[in-house]
Amino acid sequence: MPPEPARRDDDLPLAPHPYRVLEAGPETADTTTLALAPVTGEATRAFAPGQFNMLYAFGIGEVAISISGEPARRDRLVHTVRAVGKVSTALAAARPGQVLGVRGPYGSGWPLAGADGGDVVVMAGGVGMAPLRPLVYELYAHRERYERVEVIYGSRSPKDLLYYPELQRWRRRTDTRVQVTVDSAGRDWYGDVGVVTTRLPDARFDPARTTAFLCGPEIMMRLSAQALADRGVAPTSIFLSMERNMKCAIAQCGHCQFGPDFLCREGPVLSYAHLKPFLATREL
Amino acid sequence: MTALPGPRAVLGALPFLEGFPREFVEALTPLAHERSYEVDTTIVREGAPADAFFLLVSGKVALEVVAHDRPRRTIETIGPGEVLGWSWLVPPYRWRLDARAVKPTRLVAIEGAGLRALLDRQPAEGYRFLLRLLPVVAERLENTRVQLLDLHAP
Amino acid sequence: MSGPEVGSRHELERGAFPAFLASLERHGYSVVGPTVRDQAIVYGEIHRVEDLPIGWTDRPGAGSYRIERRADAALFGYNVGPHSWKRYLYPAHERLWTAERDASSFTVRPEPTDGPALALLGVRACELAAIQVQDRVFLGGAPDPGYRARRQRLLRIAVQCGQAAATCFCVSMGTGPGVAPAAADLALTELIRPERHYFLVEVGTPEGARVLEGVPLRPAAVETERAAEALVAATASSMGRTMDTSGIRDLLVLQPEHPRWEVVARRCLSCTNCTLACPTCFCSTTEEVPTLSGERVERWRRWDSCFTLGFTELHSGSARRSTASRYRQWLTHKLATWHDQFGSSGCVGCGRCITWCPVGIDLTEEVAAIRATGPPATPEAPR
Repeated sequence: MPPEPARRDDDLPLAPHPYRVLEAGPETADTTTLALAPVTGEATRAFAPGQFNMLYAFGIGEVAISISGEPARRDRLVHTVRAVGKVSTALAAARPGQVLGVRGPYGSGWPLAGADGGDVVVMAGGVGMAPLRPLVYELYAHRERYERVEVIYGSRSPKDLLYYPELQRWRRRTDTRVQVTVDSAGRDWYGDVGVVTTRLPDARFDPARTTAFLCGPEIMMRLSAQALADRGVAPTSIFLSMERNMKCAIAQCGHCQFGPDFLCREGPVLSYAHLKPFLATREL
Repeated sequence: MTALPGPRAVLGALPFLEGFPREFVEALTPLAHERSYEVDTTIVREGAPADAFFLLVSGKVALEVVAHDRPRRTIETIGPGEVLGWSWLVPPYRWRLDARAVKPTRLVAIEGAGLRALLDRQPAEGYRFLLRLLPVVAERLENTRVQLLDLHAP
Repeated sequence: MSGPEVGSRHELERGAFPAFLASLERHGYSVVGPTVRDQAIVYGEIHRVEDLPIGWTDRPGAGSYRIERRADAALFGYNVGPHSWKRYLYPAHERLWTAERDASSFTVRPEPTDGPALALLGVRACELAAIQVQDRVFLGGAPDPGYRARRQRLLRIAVQCGQAAATCFCVSMGTGPGVAPAAADLALTELIRPERHYFLVEVGTPEGARVLEGVPLRPAAVETERAAEALVAATASSMGRTMDTSGIRDLLVLQPEHPRWEVVARRCLSCTNCTLACPTCFCSTTEEVPTLSGERVERWRRWDSCFTLGFTELHSGSARRSTASRYRQWLTHKLATWHDQFGSSGCVGCGRCITWCPVGIDLTEEVAAIRATGPPATPEAPR
């Protein structure tokens, strides 16, 4: 394993570290998956599934992007970037050899420890699968710790599904149930069509011993969390990954506040029990 | 493989009819027929007379919107135990969507006119029947609203 | 020669004030303090006693501010103006780092954090509290290098308030008007008698003692100490405003749909003045400034405000589109969720947001209006 990085974050908490793009592959029409490594040859920093980094395109700016790779691998940092703004568009256009900036990881991860011995439900919407993929890797790394694993993934159309080959591999596993649904599809799609919550009745889990991990558009998470709670899953065992504008990622710029929390520090992953009143508040 | 169960047993096993009195299910039996569809066969076609109430026993059915100037889109799929539609109950009794089997599909078709007449004759059961059907309509409407938000739009 | 002991009290004659200023400069401090500019008492460089607002006072109100002549020649006979000290510790626009691109990578160079040691002259009790509030923001987690460096070389010379303005409510916020011992490096109380104009000087820290080296002082008489105490007590009893802070966190957090938010939004212009005048508001945005060649880039930080539409911008749009939601965010953060985040209120009761609001929105009035309808039935507040 490469040497541990010599950090100078204490001196300069807001400075990006140069990382070289090892691989850059289109994931969907508007997303790219990047594999990065420090230009110094050091190891990437350890992260918990659910955490994010601030990715930096030189001369353009920074944006918060969740980490999508395997937590065990320290030779590469994997991010899936959706090109929506000028920074993310520049990041998504990065080619192998190019140098980008990285600082992090930041934020709370998925609290997997509490899921031991019970069933796990993973619900993703669109690019919301990106921060959930490391969680699935972690589930598989210690599969014996969990009972049933149910993955429900919804996207706009079949061509907007992230990690499609990997989804197929997960589907073939006998210890996981993967349900994929899309908002609409052409005739070549023989899978499910409908919002993610329509797949929940078919998921098999014991609500009393289930931990659920959700990431997607806020409305999708709110409706899904409500449906899980209606089915009997404790709100304290349902976790959502929230999104807000982020500038500093160290609780100093004020942008990502959601109720009492800085989503960069207390979040992005918070329990439904905690979030419920704030999710119900308009324009919070 | 064992022989297929009779129509009454199939009807009795449908979640939609759970809790209805045995006499009511009995009364439905002569109106009910089992049908099977291969993958990619059309079950109903937009504009055609909606002469039956379909309940899925197994398989999967895609509900498709056909706009003639663009490719047809599947907007919803329905699975075992679910209701295929309600056009048989709503004048002028014509299908509003295409329905296509996307898996080998088995369903129970209950004659629409006969069913309406039965519900008219037994208003108490008819009311319960509508109370069973309305949440399905409401849920599909709500889901359609969420889809309309196009949450994952670029 | 050594200075007086920490905790000791002395008398400094008005006539010796220039010697005190000279001593500060001799000890390496650049002095910033109150001065009259553009018909306001603002903070700026102080080189001579005459730079101070001699004989001036201020009359802040809701949406109004005037300075007036005093009957005496007080140096610190005002309360608070449009400026706060945060501009010196947390500049409105600051370069954080510079990066240069080379053939294979880029190198980030930290912004030098050296600079003049500043002596803040005339810090009010509420302003000392405001500095402590910002300390928790910028030093509590990952310390901000620039803030830390400036803070470490900062000398705080407090001046007790000899009067309260119409917009003052530090008593309600528990931040003043009295400066607690050791809360500042030095604490002055200005005493003006027909026959004598002098100061009580309290030494709060060793550095405070050091800068008094060579300054003509006399041990404080008991009567001087009593006069100073009486002055602060009189100020405390003449607060222009009050705010009932009991249960304020839940009062605001539990009432995001209170109709008052819509009422205040009809007046609020979302102009951001309150957040810029506030001595504790810390929100910022970043700016990436590349050179034309693209080989070099500067990262700047600029004060931002939760009142702007772009503050919560995501690719799906802004999370807070209505003025009501933005005012609610500001007030709820300031008075309620600040407790969750930093263990204290974000408000120190200085009243600047009331004064500098162009339409005179008064947060004490808003809190009272929300309280008037009582908290909702649910006793359990989300945390």
